[in-house]
Amino acid sequence: MTSFFQNLGMSYEAAWFTATIAGILLIALPLMLAVALIIYAERKLWAAFALRRGPNVVGPFGILQSFADGLKVFLQETIIPSASNRGLFLIAPIITFTVALMAWAVIPFADGVVLSNINVGLLYILAISSLGVYGVVIAGWASNSKYPFYSAMRAAAQMISYEVSIGFILICVVLWAGTFNVGGIVEGQRGHIFDFINAYAFNPLLFPIAVMFLISSMAETARAPFDLTEAESELVAGYQTEYSSMAFALFWLGEYANVLLMCALNVILFWGGYLPPVDWAPLYAVPGIIWFFAKILLMFFIFAWVKATVPRYRYDQLMRLGWKVFLPISLFWVFLVSGYLMFTGHFA
Amino acid sequence: MIQLVSFYIFASIVIASAAMVIFARNPVHSVLWLIVAFFNAAGLMVLIGAEFIAMLLVIVYVGAVAVLFLFVVMMLDIDFAELRAGFIKNVPLGLLLAIVLVAELVLGIGAYQAGAVKLGTPEAGAASVSATVPNIEAIGALLYSKYVFLFETAGLILLVAMVGAIVLTHRRSHGTRGQNISSQVQRRPEDATRNVNQPSGQGIEL
Repeated sequence: MTSFFQNLGMSYEAAWFTATIAGILLIALPLMLAVALIIYAERKLWAAFALRRGPNVVGPFGILQSFADGLKVFLQETIIPSASNRGLFLIAPIITFTVALMAWAVIPFADGVVLSNINVGLLYILAISSLGVYGVVIAGWASNSKYPFYSAMRAAAQMISYEVSIGFILICVVLWAGTFNVGGIVEGQRGHIFDFINAYAFNPLLFPIAVMFLISSMAETARAPFDLTEAESELVAGYQTEYSSMAFALFWLGEYANVLLMCALNVILFWGGYLPPVDWAPLYAVPGIIWFFAKILLMFFIFAWVKATVPRYRYDQLMRLGWKVFLPISLFWVFLVSGYLMFTGHFA
Repeated sequence: MIQLVSFYIFASIVIASAAMVIFARNPVHSVLWLIVAFFNAAGLMVLIGAEFIAMLLVIVYVGAVAVLFLFVVMMLDIDFAELRAGFIKNVPLGLLLAIVLVAELVLGIGAYQAGAVKLGTPEAGAASVSATVPNIEAIGALLYSKYVFLFETAGLILLVAMVGAIVLTHRRSHGTRGQNISSQVQRRPEDATRNVNQPSGQGIEL
């Protein structure tokens, strides 16, 4: 895109700057629209699972429901508790929201269509997602209230626990792909199985960690069945209890942007990213971005399905799963995968 | 141009937030300023082409160490007046530390300026930064060949530290009942329920 702006007669720096800003807007604005629609889709899905109608009043099939909710929230009064730490109280939702958007910088939407094609892309995603915990912790502390604080402590412990095993799972994929570059990982899956199927997930050695990554990503985004941070039977609404109006909406948007990001990561790491499911020439006629979004939506359907059907974990069970089950298995899998790759001379 | 501007932005934020770590009245604010400083230091690392180190800085310090700091500081009930009361008493020690640090900085930079110390040259043993080889490959090639024993020793020391921390804090509690997940999962409806054809007007035998 830089060269396009350079052709308009700008200097290299100005063109680079404009292209980057344009790229950020091109990702962030459609993402916000996608979040609004995905919330609607998820409510419809839950309704279908519970044999209800779901939102069906605002617009055709209720499709404008999220925008109506947004407008309502926008018109509400922002209430800041007098005992809260005012500055941090307002910064917390902004952190959550910004961090949820930042990681999208290295996600390739199609072959070569990526805002920032960096060598350490996967590490960047890991670094940014480890920042996500600050929004929650600061919100819980700044609210100066019991339940938000409990929730913040739970969220911090939960996210750190699952990040450890996510790190090991990523190492397995990186070992197989031989690169930390996100686009390189997607390209590594081209014709991975019998030179035909474009996905790591069908590799018998990688399938178990694909399942573990799916479960860990639900825990990392604090989605059901791991939504202990906002368990309404124990903690009112968790760290969001004291929030109202736009601050609350920013948490909400950030949370769903994070869920979409985790769906995208699942797709990129294990299900072939923007590649078609099988390596067959006519399928490449469909643009990569459509395959990518179709896969993300399928993954999101699984997320919504799980949320609609699985009951919530208890907190000690959550910790047990993270530290006593996933951590040893993923650690063992790093040995297994690297041993297999050494033995077969994958890099020779 | 862009690099220069971003260098000054990152550097000034690092210095300003480092100063705020000291000047902030609330310890939680201090930790948060420290996080801002870490984050912008990572930005400086990216500018000199050490992208791997930058990401490690964010993952390890911002993502793990600072979270633990924040945890501890939030849990503590700190009396601010008492905290400041020791100021006069600790001034001589603080001044001494500051003088030592400044002297070390002056000596180090002076030695480097005078040419006594060479940094990042092939003779000194450090790998040259290449644009074609990614950071991770360069570091890995060096770490797993030339420094492999040092690397493994570092790993062992960390392992010992981890085991030590667990041994020191772990208390085996008596009289508590744990949950046996596999026996719960293996439980079938036949083990827990029975069908009874109960005549009316009689109590059920349990």
